[in-house]
Amino acid sequence: MYQPALVAALAALTATASVAAPVDRTDPYPSTYRAIASVPVLIRHATLLTGTGERLDDADLLMSNGRIVALGKNLQAPADAEVIDATGKWLTPGIIDVHSHLGVYASPGVSAHDDGNEMTSPTTANVWAEHALWPQDPAFAAALAGGVTSMQILPGSANLIGGRGVTVKNVPSVTYQAMKFPSAPWGLKMACGENPKRVYGGKGGSPMTRMGNVAGYRAAFIEAQSYMLAQDKYQAGRGGKNGNSNRAGIAEEPQIVEEEVQPDVELQTENPNEGKRKSRWRRADKESAQDDEKAGGDEAPSRDLAKETLMGAMKGDIRVHIHCYRADEMAIMLDLAKEFGFKVAAFHHGVEAYKLADRLAADGVCAALWADWWGFKMESLDGIEENIALVDRPANSCAIVHSDSSEGIQRLNQEAAKVMAHGRRVGMDLKPEHAIRWLTSNPAKALGIDRRTGTLEPDKMADVVLWNGTPFSVYAKAEKVFVDGALLYDRFDKSRQPVSDFMLGQGASP
Amino acid sequence: MKRLLTALLLVAGSAQAQDVLIRHATVHTAGARGTLKNADVLVQGGVIRAIGTGLLAPAGVAVHEANGKPLTPGLFGGLSDIGLEEVSAEKSTVDSTLTMAGDGRPQMRPEFDVTLAYNPNSMLLPVARLGGVTFTVLTANSSDGGSLVAGQGGVLRLDGDRRAAVVGTRLLYVNLGAGADGLSGGSRAGQFMLLDQAFREAKGLTPYASPYALLTPAGRETVARYLLTGRIIFNVDRAADIRQLLAFSRKHNLRPIITGGAEAWQVAAELKAANVTVFVDALQDLPSSFDQLGSRLDNAALLTRAGVNVALLAPDSTHNARKIRQAAGNAVANGLPWESGLAAITRVPAQALGVGNKVGRIDVGLQADLVLWDGDPLEVSTLAETVWMHGRAMPMRSRQTELRDRYLQSPGALPRAYQH
Repeated sequence: MYQPALVAALAALTATASVAAPVDRTDPYPSTYRAIASVPVLIRHATLLTGTGERLDDADLLMSNGRIVALGKNLQAPADAEVIDATGKWLTPGIIDVHSHLGVYASPGVSAHDDGNEMTSPTTANVWAEHALWPQDPAFAAALAGGVTSMQILPGSANLIGGRGVTVKNVPSVTYQAMKFPSAPWGLKMACGENPKRVYGGKGGSPMTRMGNVAGYRAAFIEAQSYMLAQDKYQAGRGGKNGNSNRAGIAEEPQIVEEEVQPDVELQTENPNEGKRKSRWRRADKESAQDDEKAGGDEAPSRDLAKETLMGAMKGDIRVHIHCYRADEMAIMLDLAKEFGFKVAAFHHGVEAYKLADRLAADGVCAALWADWWGFKMESLDGIEENIALVDRPANSCAIVHSDSSEGIQRLNQEAAKVMAHGRRVGMDLKPEHAIRWLTSNPAKALGIDRRTGTLEPDKMADVVLWNGTPFSVYAKAEKVFVDGALLYDRFDKSRQPVSDFMLGQGASP
Repeated sequence: MKRLLTALLLVAGSAQAQDVLIRHATVHTAGARGTLKNADVLVQGGVIRAIGTGLLAPAGVAVHEANGKPLTPGLFGGLSDIGLEEVSAEKSTVDSTLTMAGDGRPQMRPEFDVTLAYNPNSMLLPVARLGGVTFTVLTANSSDGGSLVAGQGGVLRLDGDRRAAVVGTRLLYVNLGAGADGLSGGSRAGQFMLLDQAFREAKGLTPYASPYALLTPAGRETVARYLLTGRIIFNVDRAADIRQLLAFSRKHNLRPIITGGAEAWQVAAELKAANVTVFVDALQDLPSSFDQLGSRLDNAALLTRAGVNVALLAPDSTHNARKIRQAAGNAVANGLPWESGLAAITRVPAQALGVGNKVGRIDVGLQADLVLWDGDPLEVSTLAETVWMHGRAMPMRSRQTELRDRYLQSPGALPRAYQH
């Protein structure tokens, strides 16, 4: 049960604390990622797909200190460099999956690993996928063997607003912070259509219809707008004492120090029948609206994690990723984005994106899609095998092959190959140097990390995959995978194949 | 366009169209003759009549020039609900699962036969066929609280013909392991306990009137048939459960078929000794459950090397049955010989399911369900060019190609709804 007294007390405490405590502008759960030490590597005589649309035959690539140094013909190896002869092999940027639930729906798929959907309310902008990410999910290693070097881990699609997603580097680690892609923007996961209305309508709640879905998004953003106004007003009142305006998830107020408050009541019980108490940051709407009203003067508006996240989306700091299958619903979401002044980074799953390809390209919205999934529910009925090819067709398009699957993430290259074949059949000449963008530079763009990874260019992170041949084949295998220049996977060297803690000591483990 | 299609269909429907000479193909027979280069296949009356080089077309038989491209038997699409469901999440369109309004007592309804619900007009058929899939096996499923013995299915040819569709005998489905917890009181030990009781009832060792009976009289008759000659398909992954199943099968003199089999490679010798065919998901390499901790991509290769009959499966055999080729290609990429990879999605499943004398190979006397490919049939970038069933070239159209063609063109003055 909701306890207004406790919340009020907490709110007061927060307000008091905000005066005294030092301001912390950083991510409270900061990345501790450090590139693993590596020697310079010169890969020679490979076929390079740069991810910028270029193909270089019989070319070399030099990496050093975690960065790509040069690519071209007859590069000179530094004295301490390891030289790899890649004759007959292909070299691509590391694959990036914009839609994964590894770690939040980890293997084995036991009930304790159901950490991807906070299905307690249709709008849970306050939750962060990273707080549920189990780095020991054995599927990370399998994805690495498939050439995946970065991915976005998202909350599921049960909720209209599911929470924040996080972009990680695919490196084995004890903590997720050590995987967290440094300074990558967060994602905000939203969902159209059947899932939210089924989950909540099925319980007799709202949303029960697509009308309810849209009303739900709007209500949440309206509240977040007032919050943003209050925050901005407060900032203006302080005369920008701390420089920046409010940024996403980077609290203007200090963190609530855990020791100052009673441990959250919700955390004290493991018995679900004791009543689902709302934790302190998920207060009733009425209460927070009052807070927003009283804010604006000298008093700092009390923090609200959900609104903070939505504010981040409206300020452009958090990139909006929307699970949305139908073309008509994507168009509604584009209007919603206009209504509240945010930009849609990508529609995910969009099996009908081909019906809206020109609009998506014109609006600069990416579409992250499967090659051939269809029919598992009504909104996926119109899936076609040429979807990605048709979305890719207009100028300035941003087609992405995504997985949403621990199986699919291991072979995104094969999914792209299927698309190329179906495109070819209808007269679209989709060359490897073009198609590789669906797996590398386009997802990097959607995630806002394209200045640092996603292509083979000097100064980019040395996230590189060496394939045994063209990657667009069922027989393709990633032989070596480099993350920031470090060889983290080698198909022929067991000492360069990560094994998660979970797999240790399992008699069956190969 | 529509008129042309109709005309084509009319021609395709005539008896003569069941005759064709396919010339100069690389014929992958999936049988004893292996691969024949530059070979011809003569089809008459929907049946393969001759295979050789330099065959002459009898009068009135059309010639299809293959230009050296690969010709394979029509592919097996896996264990599916094709024709039993349209939209997975819409229960009103799904007929593969029987949910009994039980009184809480364990109950088994092996007499449930899903082939009775088969809809030959399902939009899923053309989609699968365009991917080169010409036969599948319908599956019976149980929901939690339902029957541990899920019911019966049958092999289906995806020709859209109600009469010719279901070929061969029925198969009985049983789920084992953690996935069947909700059917057996929460313990896998309960599964063997209940099965043992049911099989004893079917053998007449329990009076009909027993208040503890699991089977109806019709259910007893059904199980009794399977005990004599039938094929029972057990879905099981864990090595220990597979061993238990083999012991149970010896006790009751069963001929089990295994699907799943994530850890089958660990018991390969026993499976070989029992002559069991295993249907393996070739893409299952994660410890997705505690029954599948030993999952690995070379499962099919290891089993084949040990002499076990291996057929392949892919995830979502219903809407994405065409993914079976990708499963086979990945199995080959992980050590399975190419010829075994093709056999695992043609001959082996056909034989295991009791229809090996009709489909699954290119051989004289077999049904002319054939696919001509534009490249290596196990390669993901390869597509089917022509699909013949009963010797008829099937229209390469589906609801998906109709959608594709509508949106491939620029819109005209009228909305796209007028393009059809």
